[in-house]
Parts: sequence; structure tokens; C-alpha cells
Amino acid sequence: MLLSAVDLSCRRGGRDVFAGVSFSVAAGEALTVSGRNGAGKSSLLRMIVGLVRIAGGRLALEDGDPELTIGEQCHYLGHQDALKPSLSVGENLRFWANYFGAGDSDIGETLAMVGLDALAELPAAYLSAGQRRRLSIARLLAIRRPIWLLDEPTSTLDTIAQGRLSEFMRAHLAAGGLLIAATHAPIGLDGAKRLRLGELQ
Amino acid sequence: MMRGQHPLAALLFRDMRVAVRVGGGALMGVLFFLVVVTLMPFALGPDLALLKRIGPSILWLGALLASLLALDRLFASDHEDGSLDLILTGRTPLELVVAVKGFAHWLTTGLPLVVAAPLIGLFLNLDAPAEGALVLTLLVGTPALTFIGLVGAAIAVTLRRGGVLLAVLVLPLTVPVLIFGVAAANAAVVGPLPFGTPFTILCALTVASLVVGPFAAAAALRQEME
Repeated sequence: MLLSAVDLSCRRGGRDVFAGVSFSVAAGEALTVSGRNGAGKSSLLRMIVGLVRIAGGRLALEDGDPELTIGEQCHYLGHQDALKPSLSVGENLRFWANYFGAGDSDIGETLAMVGLDALAELPAAYLSAGQRRRLSIARLLAIRRPIWLLDEPTSTLDTIAQGRLSEFMRAHLAAGGLLIAATHAPIGLDGAKRLRLGELQ
Repeated sequence: MMRGQHPLAALLFRDMRVAVRVGGGALMGVLFFLVVVTLMPFALGPDLALLKRIGPSILWLGALLASLLALDRLFASDHEDGSLDLILTGRTPLELVVAVKGFAHWLTTGLPLVVAAPLIGLFLNLDAPAEGALVLTLLVGTPALTFIGLVGAAIAVTLRRGGVLLAVLVLPLTVPVLIFGVAAANAAVVGPLPFGTPFTILCALTVASLVVGPFAAAAALRQEME
């Protein structure tokens, strides 16, 4: 599996956010995207998942599932946690697992992996920011998708949780997945490719 | 594939759970309906014949306004918490997702209106045949209101104060449903029209909106998310 972009450009609200961005990420590889605020890190991830229109250039996935779009093979972990405060921790995760067709039989184990199993019955409204982020990360583990797009994945996580996330990312890469992370801070992956946005402006 | 719910079933149950729990707003519509209709006799005076004659119109108008109440949050809340982004990366066609969300919304806001209508109809001096006709027209007509409203909810999704815009956009489109709903209900009460004619047209309007609404709303959402 190889995700490649050639000469991508992004235009939002009449402003060129970035242009001429090229990269390629193969199975088992990670790419970290850095750049100042507003350089288009989030826009790039949203573009790959199909939530922002590609203004120019080309995005291609080789050896993916030909039946599915690139976005349908991606996990997108954005700034928002996509949790309903009135549903319990378990209900939130179970919904996404079912919605993405992964089944809900392993929900308990997945919650244990992110250290939220004791809180499964608690409404998500009572979670801290870091716990909400961990619950979003549980979604990546509960549903298998080959491409992970992580937008500032370590923000709000404590150092132990950051370490756990690095383990999950390494396991994902070892299992033949690929990931792209937009981040300011190091995310604990050795040998990750780097892409720096915003050099052009 | 592991055991679990179908994606659309999961979405239906999730939306219904969210709606009936704290802050979901499912009961808001019924309360509004109750308040509006209860105030009418005080405004119009205790003229039982008058109340009986305009009762169906009042109930239909109340149901129409009540069904719009929670509609602006239908997609906006999913948009604000990021759920809509993830829903779009699912493998289920957006049209079906929108239809299921609409159905869940009707089950939690429209159906309670239908159930409450006979009780509230007592305030307006409606007799048993009139109550029956009214419930039947509301049962058939409120899904049309919800599914026409879907389109407005999808257009207003990114707006902070989408509620007013939603009402302005949607209310004109609901006029045919209102006309034939009230006509059918009135036909059963006072005549002289047969009940069947306007009721059949109301059914047709509902079927059309069930088909067109999800497609139009899905198109609006796709446009909006860009």
C-alpha cells in the first residue's frame, strides 16, 4: 500500500493555504507534518480523508481496496472527539464500532487498552479532555483501517498516555498500516518521514 | 465480520438515545405543542362550536411549529462535535444516513406529537371521529414535515443561529402538507368534502418528501462540508 500526493494545493476561503505539496507514505511508514499555525496541516489531513476539496494536484492510493475511496480506508482523528456527552463511554465507542461495521464484541478489551474500562458506564460528559482523547484513540483500535490520519494526537494527553499512543502507532505500522500525523511535538516514532508545510509563503 | 448492529441500526439507536436523554430535546416539541394548543381556548374564548370547527387547524399548526423546534440541531450538533466528519468517512451512503437520522428524529419528536394529539384535542372539544381523523392525518403528515425539514437542517448546519433561517426556509415548503392535512382533518369533522381525497394527496406529499428529502439534504451536506 502506497499513499502518494503530487503537487497538492489547497485553497480555502479564497486564500491559498499551501501549494506544491508532494509526499509518499508506504505501508509500515509514518509521516509527520509540521508547520506554523495556519500552514494547512489540518487542511492536508482533511483533504486526504475527503473533507476538503483538492484544489490542484493529485492524491493516489496504490494497492488499497479498489471498492473503497481513500477516505473510507482512513481513520481521521481530528480536533473534535466526536463523542456525545449524554451517552456513556461504552455506548459512544460501541456506536462507532457498529457504524464502521467492525462489530461491538471487543469493546471492553479496547477500552481496557486505553485505560477507560472502569469508566465504561460513565456518561462522556464527565470525561476530562485527555480521557476524551483516549476514547477517540480507542476508536482507531476498535475498527481496523489501514490509514491513520492524526491531527495533534498527543495534545491533552499525559506522558503515560503519550507513551501508550506511541505503542499503538508502532503496532499499527508493524501490522502494515501507515499513518500521517500533524504535530508540533515529537510523537515517539523513530524513522518517521517529515513534511514541513508553509515554506512556500 | 464480527457480530454487531448494522451501521444504520446503530445510528438509529444512537440518535434516539441522544434525543431522549438530558438535553436531547425530544420532549420539548410536545411541551411546546401542549402549551400552544392549551392557550388557544383562552385566547378564543369558551365558544365550544368555534373551537370544534377550528380545532384541527390549531392542532395542525401547533404540530407544524413544534416539529420544527429541535430540527436545527439535527445535523448541527453532529457537525459541532466532529461526528459528521466521521459519518462521512463511513461506508454507508449519505442519503441513507440522512434518512435514518430523519426517521430517528421523527420517532422522538414527531410520533410523540401524534400520540399527544388526542389528549390535547379534548381541550378543543373534538369528538371521537374528529380525533381519529386528526391522529391519522398527523401520523401520515408529520413524517413529511420532518423530511422536508431535513433539507433546511442540512443547509443551516454550519450556521451558529440556524434556527430562524431554518424556519424561514422550511415553513413555505410545508404549506402543501398543512393545507391537505387540515383539509383531510376538517373533512372528517364538518365535510362536505370526502375525507379520502385530501388524505390521499397528503399521503402522496409524504411519500414524495420521504424520497426527495434525503437526497436533497445529502447534497446540501456534501456541499456544506467542503
